[in-house]
Amino acid sequence: MADKQLNCKGLACPQPVLETKKALAELPAGARLTVIVDNPAAKENVALFAANAGHRVEAKENGGEFILHIVKEGTGLIPESQRTRDQETSEKPSRATRVAYLISSNLFGQGSPDLGQALMKSLFVALAGQETAPEALIFINTGVYLSAQGSDVLDHLQALWSRGTTILSCGTCLEYYKLKEKLAVGRISNMYEIMEHLSKAEKVITIA
Amino acid sequence: MGPATLSQVLRQLPVYEDANLLVGPHNSDDAAVYKISEEVALIQTLDFFTPVVDDPYVFGQIAAANALSDVYAMGGRPLLALNIVCFPNCLPVDVLGQTLKGGAEKVKEAGAIIAGGHTVQDDEPKYGLSVVGLAHPLEVITNAGAKAGDLLILTKPLGTGIICTALKAQMASREAYSAAVNSMAALNDRASFAMKEAGATACTDITGFGLLGHAAEMARASKVSLIFYLAEIPLLPQALELAAMGLVPGGAYNNREFLNGEVFFDPEITPEYRAILFDPQTSGGLLIAVGEEKADVLLKSLAEQGIREARLIGRAVPRESTLIKVEK
Repeated sequence: MADKQLNCKGLACPQPVLETKKALAELPAGARLTVIVDNPAAKENVALFAANAGHRVEAKENGGEFILHIVKEGTGLIPESQRTRDQETSEKPSRATRVAYLISSNLFGQGSPDLGQALMKSLFVALAGQETAPEALIFINTGVYLSAQGSDVLDHLQALWSRGTTILSCGTCLEYYKLKEKLAVGRISNMYEIMEHLSKAEKVITIA
Repeated sequence: MGPATLSQVLRQLPVYEDANLLVGPHNSDDAAVYKISEEVALIQTLDFFTPVVDDPYVFGQIAAANALSDVYAMGGRPLLALNIVCFPNCLPVDVLGQTLKGGAEKVKEAGAIIAGGHTVQDDEPKYGLSVVGLAHPLEVITNAGAKAGDLLILTKPLGTGIICTALKAQMASREAYSAAVNSMAALNDRASFAMKEAGATACTDITGFGLLGHAAEMARASKVSLIFYLAEIPLLPQALELAAMGLVPGGAYNNREFLNGEVFFDPEITPEYRAILFDPQTSGGLLIAVGEEKADVLLKSLAEQGIREARLIGRAVPRESTLIKVEK
């Protein structure tokens, strides 16, 4: 079954739309995507996006939450001119090697913290500058400081994310470091999904 | 803050009675106007907000153009300004320097003076100004003077809120970005002089409540209804396309909610078009009401002043069942 559920609760505009867009691009025609949001603006925007992209969409309210059921339409409904970079990237069948990065620290390497931070920043500058965006960036342990507010690599993460990179941050870790409310890019994930991504990837690069 | 919440809070405040207060809070106008003498009225306003673009210098220019705009919307000329700054410890101080430089140069362009300011530490940077301007008491242009039959002219295209939202998602084109930035950083000074010369009956600047939010305030204060012709309303490049992709700021939906029942749309108007009409604008244009016979002269003089995006977008009519009607 290719159906998918997307939890966009707690995300501010335009994040829910971008997550929905990305999820739809990965699903085959006819698949159903359920998107859950918790504010009316996100509901309106996701519905607006899905309807204008030619998909069928139905929204209902359930105790302060909004549940959108989207059925992905066959191709050909979106004119080529309206396709954006991110759709093209994620729909290209001949994508280069699927690389996942597992980032388990907010500092790159052992040694001086200042140096570790500077190295981490240049890593993301380099990643964002590569022609092919990685399949996934997975942040665990203190790595979640990089995907949260206050991180100095958010711009690069944002850029990679809009190019189709899946960005996951470990929920337990966010909770432990009290960063759950501060997640600024991508979405919260769990060990089950993280394992799935790591085993699916053709190459996993660990940054510690 | 959304208009619904704001009006709820403001309703509980005491009402001042002073014959010299020509424009106070009751009409939801752009600035306060106080008559000091038979010849001089003081116009006072204040506006500040979080950065809408990444470049601090450009942000400073936009914040200043936005704050000065309230004075221009009342038909006044700005005299003095004070900076209002919130700034975090963690950002390089040069960011603040660039922001203030952008603001100062814009105020200078307006022929006014920055006479001081106040800074507080805050998690998120914010910048704006309090501006004092002058006008002759009889020449103040409020949002309450529109008459049935007047024509409506808008001097800047819509869509800055949508484009700034799309910027966060890195989906705005370079063309859309630069058009939005140029529009937001542009002073409403020449538009204001042109409307005064043409004898405008009412004016407001289009900011956070969107075109229809500010138009509804004008309709209410002027005791008329306003009709807009959708096809004539100027839009920034890519704004419609981005709205159709759902890149609409939450404020647009708050504005729509607040005007629930006050706007009639032609049923064929699509949701993305409706969203643009509610899109909160930063440093938007002037919405000017002017007698039918003077509209051509005003449009011509706006064009001569280089305000090429100005369009005739609607007309005022006797009060109907809704404050606003939008035709295809």
